[in-house]
Amino acid sequence: MLHEFSSLVTYNWLSLAPDSKLAAAVEFFIYDTIKIFLLLMIIIFAVSFIRSYFPPERTKKILSHKKEFIGNILAALLGIVTPFCSCSAVPLFIGFIEAGVPLGVTFSFLISSPMVNEVAVVLLWGLFGWKIAALYLGTGLFVALIGGFIIGRLKLEKWVQEYVYKIRIGEGQEIAKQVFKDRLQYAKWNTIDIVKKVWPYIIVAIGIGGFIHGYVPQDFLVKYAGPQNPFAVPIAVALGVPLYSNAAGVIPIVYALMEKGLSTGTVLAFMMAVTALSLPEMIILRKVLKVPLLAVFVGIMTVTITAVGYLFNAIL
Amino acid sequence: MEIKILGPGCANCHTMEKLAQTAVRELRIEARIEKIADLQEIMKYTMSTPGLVVNGKLKHSGKPLPSLEKVKEMIKTEG
Repeated sequence: MLHEFSSLVTYNWLSLAPDSKLAAAVEFFIYDTIKIFLLLMIIIFAVSFIRSYFPPERTKKILSHKKEFIGNILAALLGIVTPFCSCSAVPLFIGFIEAGVPLGVTFSFLISSPMVNEVAVVLLWGLFGWKIAALYLGTGLFVALIGGFIIGRLKLEKWVQEYVYKIRIGEGQEIAKQVFKDRLQYAKWNTIDIVKKVWPYIIVAIGIGGFIHGYVPQDFLVKYAGPQNPFAVPIAVALGVPLYSNAAGVIPIVYALMEKGLSTGTVLAFMMAVTALSLPEMIILRKVLKVPLLAVFVGIMTVTITAVGYLFNAIL
Repeated sequence: MEIKILGPGCANCHTMEKLAQTAVRELRIEARIEKIADLQEIMKYTMSTPGLVVNGKLKHSGKPLPSLEKVKEMIKTEG
């Protein structure tokens, strides 16, 4: 049905000549745009609805005093559904530690939350198919699990700023009672909120896709960062760390890189580095972490993400 | 009336402050709007920023931000 509609618009309404490059690009653009926005709205709505059951206060309770490993797995999973804005990283961190969530488990949450989210997964799904999306989801969770687990094992509690342990959270942090209608309302608002924020990036991504598809030579980047270059993954990760963007913002770049023939592992590693590690986030986390712990965090993440990149390049 | 905006200073907290200002103006009420960036102070109320506190009561926290109508309602019920 979507295909018919795209052709209808391209050939009947816009009356573009069939078999021309432009017509093909326009048809592709219309089809992809509608498909991705539909996916995006359905999935965000569903995730937001689930999300309404997991406000940070409840997540905190679930993770409090959890055993390592099980705790890390839960934290990585909850990271997907718990609402999170990068500017609440610090209060969230303090809240978790204060409630007795182990340090490593807290990190699993902090890693998974910005990196693995529904927008990233939907966009990967819409643009590259469900396999790549599932791969990203799986490895993102894995990276969050491993990263947090190692940090927990290293017993680095002494490198958390002392004041964090002194803060006591006030009363009145009741979880608001919500009825079914409230949750639907919340899901609706959240969907509108997110789509409003990400739509320009998606249009750009799809536009780039169409453009590059037709016009830019295929082997331009491959020569430098293709499968033959053993350093492609570390280079991609090193480039991704200082860059900051949310999952939606990085998608146009990811699309372009993928279209240019970079290996999947290299591109996914790049995307993870951009979303999970960023300079602004480091500066924010510096408020609660001492430099050695911050360095360990960045180190572990860089190594794990690079390893994941190599792994996929090897097996795909 | 005392209104507090909780947030370490990100874009969302800024929008929240604007919302509160507009709400107060449109409701034509006397209110002191205070921005709270101090973490210890924020943590007394919530760990999801931005937060809106009216007369010492937490009315909203986290994303997505409430609509202007919602904010007006939150302020009115405390008024």
